Amino acid sequence: MNKWENNKAWFFLIPVLIFVCFSAIIPLMTVVNYSVQDILAPGKTVFVGTEWYRIMLRDPRLHEALWRQFLFSGLVLLIEMPLGVLIALAMPKKGWGVSFCLVTLALPLLIPWNTIGTIWMIFVRPDIGLFGAAINEWLGIAFDHTRKPLDAWITLMFMEVWHWTPLVALLAYAGLRAIPEVYYQAAKIDGASSWATFLYIQLPKMRGVLTIALLLRFMDSFLIYAEPFVLTGGGPGNATTFLSIYLVKLATGQFDVGPAGAFSLIYFLIILVLCFIFYQVLQNVGKGAKT
Amino acid sequence: MKSKSRIFVLIIFFVFLFLPIYWMINMSLRTNADILHTLALYPTDPTFANYIKIFTDSDWYSGYINAIIYVTINTLISLTVALPAAYAFSRYRFMGDTQVFFWLLTNRMAPAAVFLLPFFQLYTTVGLLDTHIAVALAHCLFNVPLAVWILEGFMSGIPREIDETAFIDGCTMPRFFITIFIPLIRAGIGVTAFFCFMFSWVELLFARTLTITNAKPISAVMTRTISATGLDWGLLAAAGVLTIVPGALVIWFVRNYMAKGFALGRV
Repeated sequence: MNKWENNKAWFFLIPVLIFVCFSAIIPLMTVVNYSVQDILAPGKTVFVGTEWYRIMLRDPRLHEALWRQFLFSGLVLLIEMPLGVLIALAMPKKGWGVSFCLVTLALPLLIPWNTIGTIWMIFVRPDIGLFGAAINEWLGIAFDHTRKPLDAWITLMFMEVWHWTPLVALLAYAGLRAIPEVYYQAAKIDGASSWATFLYIQLPKMRGVLTIALLLRFMDSFLIYAEPFVLTGGGPGNATTFLSIYLVKLATGQFDVGPAGAFSLIYFLIILVLCFIFYQVLQNVGKGAKT
Repeated sequence: MKSKSRIFVLIIFFVFLFLPIYWMINMSLRTNADILHTLALYPTDPTFANYIKIFTDSDWYSGYINAIIYVTINTLISLTVALPAAYAFSRYRFMGDTQVFFWLLTNRMAPAAVFLLPFFQLYTTVGLLDTHIAVALAHCLFNVPLAVWILEGFMSGIPREIDETAFIDGCTMPRFFITIFIPLIRAGIGVTAFFCFMFSWVELLFARTLTITNAKPISAVMTRTISATGLDWGLLAAAGVLTIVPGALVIWFVRNYMAKGFALGRV
């Protein structure tokens, strides 16, 4: 659609800009301020330049948290994407079942993140949880997410899949519904198998929504905080300390605002680069759909 | 897929979805001593004591009220601010439009942890700490860009000829906006409100850090209970069940628009 050229449209943006100034620009400048200063005492600060950045970039715990974060996000995507598509394919196309499926799938998305952590804490505890007790007593495997790093990871993966696969499924379902019926009729006439229909019709048609789902899931899992905070608190040891958890520990626990500021900006820069890729892909997906 | 395996997949997944929720409901209907004593698949002696405690103890029920207050304020602010901006992005081409749009998007993706410390300082300085407004404003960080994003998608679906006809007929911009345009995109506004509600309702980090006592939401009350000694599992489970209720109600109202919103709003 051709848009009107008019720079006066900026006036429409004034309310948004005021709010975003207050909620993004001023805080971000404060972080920049922290990251280049050493606060010795209240009111007594020394300019230290890039020292905090150099310290943080060499911090082994930051490196560990970063790799852990990439591993976590990668695993999450590997499980959630195929599973979400499978669910979307299995969902009914009409009737009361559609409403039922949509409502059920949306339910985990609307549960507060700390409640998600609580639900799973109650569910996997070896003493009172169904999952924990089943594995420990009925299968005879000693499973304890508070002591063993692997168990903590398994629990977190289960929780993440439980929490966010519905989003992928809902997006994939919306993509599937947008495919015109004639494509299926053509496939039927050609005698295509359901696997071929999936591979050559449904999957290419879903490319747009699936790209969006992939990127959204990647970004959100990269920022995960509340669920592991409630479930494992970043433990055992540092086994589930992801970037956000480490940052909050640094900022509020030890109150090292200098290093925390530098860390924040490094973190933000990573997000910015990822976000830029996201935006470019999104623009191109939109163009591809129109032609 | 054959219809048998189709149903099989759905049943397995829905059981997986419901089981943890069922377990929490189960826990919420039992006393703490009972929970720690036996592992029962269903409450043998169901009691509503945990719920009664939450509804009568102001420490607990005020948490829900606080959360609902700031979520409502946030949704209203986000919608009011985002409507004109989304209109500008969907109708006009102006200097720096793509750059501003991208910059808004980065705020949606920004890690909340980065903004934690400066928000705390900022709201302490302006004297808003521990108020509902503080949390509502903090949540604008990600909800305003999101609202602009979704609304822009819906507005672009409305042909521009409608605007042109209205202006030729001598309709002023504010009048056109309120009497013609807003009714046209009311489905979009509903979907946007749903997402603003959702993301403000589920957020924990800001809500926990920016409140102390007066505006403390239920999520903060719950995490503080967890860290306390002598944990009451039944009470915690009951509180958790009650946090699901508002979300479930909202889903019920928007269920017909949801799939459309997910596709159009590109969320």
